[in-house]
Formats: sequence, C-alpha cells, structure tokens
Amino acid sequence: MMIQLQAKGIVFGYNSSPILKDVSFEIGPSRLVTIVGPNGSGKSTLIKCIDRILTPERGTVLIDRKDVTKMDRMEIAKNLSYVPQSSARTFPSNVFDTVLMGRRPHIGWLSSSDDEERVWEVLRLLGIEELAMSGFTELSGGQQQKVLIARALVQDTKVMLLDEPTSNLDIWHQLDVMNIVSDLVKKRRMTVLMALHDLNLASKYSHGIIMMKHGRIMAAGDPASVLTSENIEAIYNVEVAVRSQSEEPFIVPLRQIKPSGPRPHPGGRLFTSGKKRSRLPRSLAEIKEIRLS
Amino acid sequence: MGKTVRRSTTRSGKRSKMQEARDSFVFARYFFMLAIVALIVLLAGFIITLGPLDISVADAYRALLSRAFPGAFQVDPLTERVVWNIRFPRIVGGILAGFGLGVCGCVMQAVLKNPLASPFTLGISSGAQFGIAVAAVLGISVFGGPYLLIGNAFLFALLCSAFIIGLASVKGASSETLILAGIAVNYFFTAMSQLFRYFADDEQLRLMTSWGMGDLAAFSWSKIYIIFGVFAVCMPLLMLKAWDLNIMASGDETAKSIGVNAERVRVYILVISSLVVATVVCFTGTIAFIGLVAPHMARMILGGDHRFLIPASGILGASVLIAADGVAMNIIAPTVIPTGIMTSVIGVPFFMYLMLKGRRKEFWT
Repeated sequence: MMIQLQAKGIVFGYNSSPILKDVSFEIGPSRLVTIVGPNGSGKSTLIKCIDRILTPERGTVLIDRKDVTKMDRMEIAKNLSYVPQSSARTFPSNVFDTVLMGRRPHIGWLSSSDDEERVWEVLRLLGIEELAMSGFTELSGGQQQKVLIARALVQDTKVMLLDEPTSNLDIWHQLDVMNIVSDLVKKRRMTVLMALHDLNLASKYSHGIIMMKHGRIMAAGDPASVLTSENIEAIYNVEVAVRSQSEEPFIVPLRQIKPSGPRPHPGGRLFTSGKKRSRLPRSLAEIKEIRLS
Repeated sequence: MGKTVRRSTTRSGKRSKMQEARDSFVFARYFFMLAIVALIVLLAGFIITLGPLDISVADAYRALLSRAFPGAFQVDPLTERVVWNIRFPRIVGGILAGFGLGVCGCVMQAVLKNPLASPFTLGISSGAQFGIAVAAVLGISVFGGPYLLIGNAFLFALLCSAFIIGLASVKGASSETLILAGIAVNYFFTAMSQLFRYFADDEQLRLMTSWGMGDLAAFSWSKIYIIFGVFAVCMPLLMLKAWDLNIMASGDETAKSIGVNAERVRVYILVISSLVVATVVCFTGTIAFIGLVAPHMARMILGGDHRFLIPASGILGASVLIAADGVAMNIIAPTVIPTGIMTSVIGVPFFMYLMLKGRRKEFWT
C-alpha cells in the first residue's frame, strides 16, 4: 500500500511543557483525514509540526517517502500546502495578489503569465473569480477561507493541511468549504489532513479520523469505528447519542458529564495524564500504529 | 462544487471582465510611477529656478545641459556655477535622501508588520545623534576634517542597529522583539546625548546643533557620489525580497508555509535598510515624516504588491522631499526653514486628503 504522508514519533513542547507526545500515523494517497479532539489537544500544533512551521523536538515527517526534515523551506512548500485558520494581514492586498503569493515556491522575481493563468484557473474553480480585485479584508469569512484555500491550491502540492477551516463559518459555508476540499481529494487526487471541531462534518466527509487528547492519538480509523459514544464520552466528557445517517455516524450531544471550565489545580503539572488515561475504555488505549490508507 | 466550475475564458482567446480589470490595474501602477517620475523632473526644473539669483527655466536647463554638451549652449558662468554647485546638488541630494527614506520606511513597515514603523524605529537617528555628541564633546571621531561629525553619525547609527539585530538573532527576530528593542535603544541613546549636552561648553553645543536639523544644505557632489554608491548596491538587494515582503504581511506562519524564512528575511532587510538610512541620516539629520508616510501614500494608490510599492514609496518620498525643500527655501526668503519642518507642513495635508478620500478603507485594519 502506498503511503503519501507519514509522521513518525513527533514530540513537541513549549518551554518544556509537552504538547505532542510521540505522535505517529500514515495516510495513503487521495485520502481525506481529519484530526478531532478537545481544545488544547494538540491538533493545530500537530499540523504545524508536519509543515515545519513549528520544529518538533523529535520525529520525522515523510512525503512520498521523502524526509521533510531534510528539505529547505521552498522544497517543503512545493510538497505541502497549509491553510491557516484565518489570515490577518497587516497591510492590504487584493484577492488576486493574495492568491498569487502561493506561486512563490515556483517563481523567481517576476510572475509569468502561466503563473497568473494558474491563479485565474483556481479562482474560477472555487467560484471566486469575481472577487479577484476586491480587498482581502473586505471579504466575508467564507470568502476569505476560499481565498486561503485558493492560495494553497496554486502551490500545486500533493498534500494539503488545513487548520479548522470551518470554525468561523455558518452552516452553508461550512458545507461549501468541505465540498471544495472533498472535491480536491476526489478529482485532483490530493491528500488532505485537517483539524476539525465539528464531529458531524468529520463523519460526513472523512475517509479516516484521528482522535487526539493531551497530545496523543487516542483512537484512529474510519468514522464509524472512531466516532462511538464511548470514545466521545471518554475524550470530550460529553454524553452523546450516536445515530447512523446513511452509514455515517451522526452525533447528538446530550449533556456534559462533568462541569466544564477551570477545575481546581491539583498542584504540580496540569496534565498528569495517568489518572485520566485510566478513565478511558480499554479499546481506547493509546495507539502506536495507525494506518489511514 | 461542480456548479461553480466554469470553462476557462482564455481558451477562446478572450479575457474575462475581471482579467481585464486586473490588466488595467497593472497598467495603472506603471503609469502612476512614470507620472511621479515625470513630476519630479518638472518639479526639479522649477525649483532650480528659485532663489536669490534670478534664473529662468530655460537658463537652468541650458546650464544643466552645457556640461553634457560643452560649447553647444551659451550660459552665463555665474548661472552655471549656481546651478551646478549649489542648486542642483541640493535637488539631487534631496531626491536621493527622499528615495532612500521612502524605500526604507516601506520595507521596515513590511518586516516589522507595523504601520507605525519608520526608518528610525530601530533608533538609528538617536544613535547618529549620540555619535555627533561623542565627536563634539570628547573629540573622538573615526574621520577627521569635513567627515568629523558625519563619520561618527554614520558609525553610531550602524552600531545602534547592529546591536538590535544582534539581540534579535539571539532572542528570535520577531517583529515585537525588534520594535521593543528599538524603542529601548532609542531612549538610551537620547539620554546619553542629553547627558553630553549637559556637560558641553558653548562651542561643543554649537557643533552638536549644527547637525541634525534635518535639512539638505550639506549636499555636495562628493557626498552625493557616496550616497549613490550605497544605493546602487542596496536598492537592488531590497527589491530582490519584494515577493517575500508581500507574503510576510500575512504573518510569519503563513510566510513559512509558502516557503519564506520570515526571520532570516527580516534580519536581511534590517541590515541593508540600516545601511541606507545611516548613509542618508549622517548627511541630512533626521527627516522624520517621509519614511513614515510615503509608503502609506504609495499603498493607498497602488495596493500592497511590494514589487511596485518599494520603488513607488521611494519616488513619492523623493517628490515630497524636494517639493517641501523648494517651499522651505523660498517661502520667507532669504530665511531658509529647515526641510524637516516643511516636509510635515506640506505632506500632512496631502496625506490627510488621501486618508479621507481613499476608497481603500481596509488600510488601517
């Protein structure tokens, strides 16, 4: 089985407080895989470590069996594209110029007409050609997200990483963005790894789901096997009803198991994971070998 | 998504409406830059006629051309001397200084991701001022003669930014670190200069205040050659990074994901722009307004692409500076108002007009 994206033993922490603890997985070509988990579980950090926006303390990332840690920035940008959650610009730029920036790994000082044609092509593909001359900051959240996806698309990479692309969008735009990403996987045979909060969106669109907590992968596999009521209760502390909607699990949140919000600090390190892990069902024992291909 | 995919209009050889809009926008950018260059030439031709000695526009151009084509024009020797040795060096010096400050303001705002950044954010002007104080009070200078003060101003300006860049490479070159370090260094050197001023005698005080009023009177051809030499090397090096600056405005994370090593580019830009600003500052003193505002003017008119923005900021800086200098020299002649004062008096109303009138409301978001 071919592997498009592989992470091996990624460890990362800020000032010696660990965020990612030995994360490994493999993703096959033309797959859409989502990372889910509570706030602070390390989803976004994992995506940034894969793109080497953050440098992991240990671990390697392979794309087509090439080691990302040995590539320079330009080389990485030719292999991996990244869509940030939002993009606040200090200074204005119009949509066309913003998308054209994605061609940077492929061009020198002057952009050729081929580069510009590539931008037009992608703007048309995403249905935002009419916005080409509008200022980026004048756009709505949904439009901005499409522009950021367009910028990543013109990088012409095989793997795209997205960091919570639907987090600020209404339900129509959530589906719009997810449909775009899903089409990229189906029609352009891209591999997509995205962090997502909405479990139902993850269920509807993903080939595989990685569930994280406290910087570790707790469950991984196809949506039906990961999104079970036991797993969700253990990871999120929320009681849910899981129903089947055209073979995809459909999650209805019922109630919090424990009051959320700040709990009394037990003293010492906040994430003393021993106790919490013992609360997980047996099937959720931490997973070492994860293949989503 | 299928319904959103449309057939490429270019296949039929026709440009879409948006593509045409973009083409005309690009054309407008080139046209605007050429127009400002033409304005500078006309302005220079007009300003050169102003002054105590009455010189007509035709005489001024004749005097200018007479050096290129000796014997082809009949020129009064006094006119020629005034044009070539006094008025023209001042205008050329003004154009170069304005260009350098505009360009450096533009790249500093981009790498520091701050619309309030200017060429002096790293404390260069207070460093130069301190260098002057050291030369005047302690008599310590690297050069003697006419470069006694200038040489020190240049070296201390560079020293000041070298310190900040060094600090940033140890602590990490984030824009916040650099701005904070710049402010701290600025205060430190200002305090040191004031300390020197406190102990200085009258002669030393006169020496200290003879520099730094921000005017163009000091320009001679030999100084212009020095500035020109520095610019010839540094400006292309700054332009090389235009793309990276475009991308860095979206934040360091995005820049990295598109292949730009944001921290390295930031240090590169700071090193080169410090060299340019130190060169300008040591000859003119602090002319504060140009480097802050010329890039904003350019951005309001041309948008955010640094391939156009860098030269346009320079050209706008040059035109505002020589226009202000022309007014400063002649408005209450024979008294000459320091150019630094007049740049603000002339530039601020124009800037306010652009701010209120500009349709691009997203500029300070």
